[in-house]
Amino acid sequence: MTRTRKLLIAVLAVGLAGLIPALAAQTVVGVTATEIKIGNTNPYSGPASAYGTIGKVIGAYFKKVNDEGGINGRKINYITYDDGYSPPKTVEMVRKLVEQDQVAFVFQTLGTPTNSAIHKYVNQEKVPHLFVATGATKWNDPKNFPWTMGFQPNYQTEGRVYAAHVLKNHPDAKVGILYQNDDYGKDYLKGFEDGLGEAAKKMIVLKQSHEVTDPTIDSQIVNLKNSGATVFFNITIPKFAVQAIKKSHDIGWKPVHYLNNVSSSLATVLKPAGLEASRGLITALYMKEVTDPQWKNDKGFQDWVAFMKKYYPEGALDDQANGYGYNVAILVAHTLRQCGNDLSRENIIRQAANLKNVELPLLLPGIKVNTSPTDHAPIEQEQLARFDGERWVTFGELFDAFRKQ
Amino acid sequence: MEIFTQQVVSGLATGGIYASVALALVMIYQATDVVNFAQGEMAMFATYICWSMLNAGLPYWGAFLATLGFAFIGGVVIERVVIRPVENAPILSIVIVTLGLLVICNSVAGWIWTYVQKPFPSPFPSKPFKVSLGAGETIFGAHDIGQIGITLFVLLCIYLFFRFTPLGLAMRAAAQNPVSSRLCGIRVGWMLALGWGLAAVVGAVAGMMVAPSLTLEPNLMGGVQIYAFAAATLGGFTSPGGAVLGGFIVGVVENLVGTYVSFIGTELKFTVALAMIIVVLLVKPSGLFGSTVVKRV
Repeated sequence: MTRTRKLLIAVLAVGLAGLIPALAAQTVVGVTATEIKIGNTNPYSGPASAYGTIGKVIGAYFKKVNDEGGINGRKINYITYDDGYSPPKTVEMVRKLVEQDQVAFVFQTLGTPTNSAIHKYVNQEKVPHLFVATGATKWNDPKNFPWTMGFQPNYQTEGRVYAAHVLKNHPDAKVGILYQNDDYGKDYLKGFEDGLGEAAKKMIVLKQSHEVTDPTIDSQIVNLKNSGATVFFNITIPKFAVQAIKKSHDIGWKPVHYLNNVSSSLATVLKPAGLEASRGLITALYMKEVTDPQWKNDKGFQDWVAFMKKYYPEGALDDQANGYGYNVAILVAHTLRQCGNDLSRENIIRQAANLKNVELPLLLPGIKVNTSPTDHAPIEQEQLARFDGERWVTFGELFDAFRKQ
Repeated sequence: MEIFTQQVVSGLATGGIYASVALALVMIYQATDVVNFAQGEMAMFATYICWSMLNAGLPYWGAFLATLGFAFIGGVVIERVVIRPVENAPILSIVIVTLGLLVICNSVAGWIWTYVQKPFPSPFPSKPFKVSLGAGETIFGAHDIGQIGITLFVLLCIYLFFRFTPLGLAMRAAAQNPVSSRLCGIRVGWMLALGWGLAAVVGAVAGMMVAPSLTLEPNLMGGVQIYAFAAATLGGFTSPGGAVLGGFIVGVVENLVGTYVSFIGTELKFTVALAMIIVVLLVKPSGLFGSTVVKRV
C-alpha cells in the first residue's frame, strides 16, 4: 500500500466514524463555518405594528454582535419577515424560513395567536422555537412541545402574584375583574383565580369582559363600581388601561387597583391616564422601566442607551419594547455562545434548556434566567411595585413562581 | 336606579364619540354621494397634526383652528389627486380607493408618529360634575359634556350651511344630480372637492374631541368607525341630525343591553352594533330619519 492510499483509508475511516453519530442524532442546518442563520417574524404592519420595533432592535443588536466579530467566529444572518400579526401569514413565513431559507432555528416570533399557528409545525420539524414574544402559559410545555420555549414571565404566573398579595393583605376584599375577552385575558384570569383557590368564589363579586375592538370600557367600569368591589384586577392592554384608570378616578371609585404588567408603561399608560389618577396602582415588574429616572446611573441601562444611539438611532428611547428586544437578543447570543462549536438543532435546544442564573442588563436586580429540560419558562420571578405618583416603587420580596409563598 | 342613570350618562358620552364621527360620514355622503371608509383615519391624521402643533408650543385653540385649515386643504387635495381619476368609475372602485386611503393614512401616521400612545389634551376642565338624580348621584365627565356640545354645534353649522347658503345648496345639488347641476352652471368637480374638504374638517373636529378620551394612536378610529357606521345607518345617511341621534342611541342601547341582558353581557356588546346595522338595512334601509333616495336609471 502506498502512503497516499493509507492516508485515504485513514481519512475515510475517521470520516465515517464521525458521520455515524451525526446521522443518528445531529441535524445541522443553517450553520456554516462563518454564519448562523436565524429566522424571525414580527408585525411590521397591521394592528400590532407597535411591537414591530422589537424585531428591528433585535436586528440592530445582531449587527453589534457581528461588528464585534460574531459568535465563535460566525456572523449572525438574521432573516425577519412581516407577518402583520396574522396567523396564516405567520405559517407561510415560518415555512419559508424553515424550508427555503433553511434557518438554524426560529426566534422571538411575536404574538400569541401567531405562535399558536406554528406551534405544532416547528415541533414536528424539530426546529428550535426559542424565546417567543408572548406571555401565554402554553409555551412552557416541554413534554408535548420540546422544541418551544417562552421568554417573559407568563400571564398565569403574574396572576398568581397578585392573588397571593390580595390573600395576604386584603383577605376580606370583594374583587372585581375587567379582562380582555381572548386567550391573553383568560390566561391572566386563570392564574389569578387559581391563586385565590377556594376563596375565589367568595371573593370575586363581578367579572366584566371587553372586546379589543370596543372603543371604550366606561360601561364596564360603572358596573364594577356598582358591584361594591374593593379590589380591582385590571387585565387590559394600554389603550383600555388608560381609560380604566381615568374613568374609575372620574367616577370616584377607589379600589385597590392591580394593573397587569402588559400596561405598566409610564409613557404610554400612566402619563396619558394622569399621574394623580394612577397613584397607588400596583403591578408586577420584571424589567427596568426605561423611562424611570432611578436607572439613570445603572450600568445596564446606560449600555442600552449607548447601544440604541449607535445601532438603532431611529428607535424610541421611551419605548419599553426596545428594552425588551435588547434583553432577548442578548439572551439568544448567550445561548449560542454556550453552544460552542456544536450548532446542531439538538444542541441549540439543549443549551437553551440549560441556562443557569443568566443576568440580562434590563432585568430588575436579582431576577435571573433559569431553564431546564422540564422548565421552558426562562423568567419566572417578579416583584410587586406601587406607583407613587412619579414612578414605580418596588416593594416586598421577589416572587418566584416555583417557591411556595 | 343609580346604575341605570350612570349607564345612560356613560352611554351618552360614548354615543357622543360615535355621533361626531358619524356626522363626518354623513357630511361626505351628502356632499359627494360617496361613503368614505377612510373618514376615521383622515380624522386621526388631522388629530396628529394638531398634536404636533401643540407640542411645538401653540395654544390649544390656535392649533385647533390651524388643524381645521390643514384638514380642509388635505381633504380637497385628496379629492383632486386620488378620487377624481376614478370619479366616473363604478361605485365599487371608489369604495376600494377609500379603503386604500384608510390603510395608507394608518400606516403613514404610524411611520411618522410611531404607534406609542400619546396623551391628547382636552380644552374642557378635568373635574367631573356630580348631579343628584333620584336616589344616588350621577357623575358627568366635563369633557364628555363639552364634546357633546361641540358635536351639536357642528350639527347646527352643517344644517345651516346646507339649508341656507347658496354654496351648501349647490353642493347638495352637485352630489345628487351632477348632470343637471352642471347645466345650471354649478362647477360640479369643485363642489365635490369642497365636500371632501368640509367633511375632513368635520372629521378633524371629531378626532380632536375623541382623542382625549381614547388617547391618540394610529388605531384611534378603528373600533369607533364601525359604531359610527351603525349610528349613521340607524339615523339615516341622508340626515345629519339623524346620524347624531343614532350615535347617542347606539351608545346608550349598547350599555343598557350589556348591563341588563345577561346572555349578551359585555361579551356581545359589539355584536349589538353590528346587529343594528343589519336590522336597519333589512327593515328601513334609509334609516330612521333618512329620506329614501330615488334615482332615475
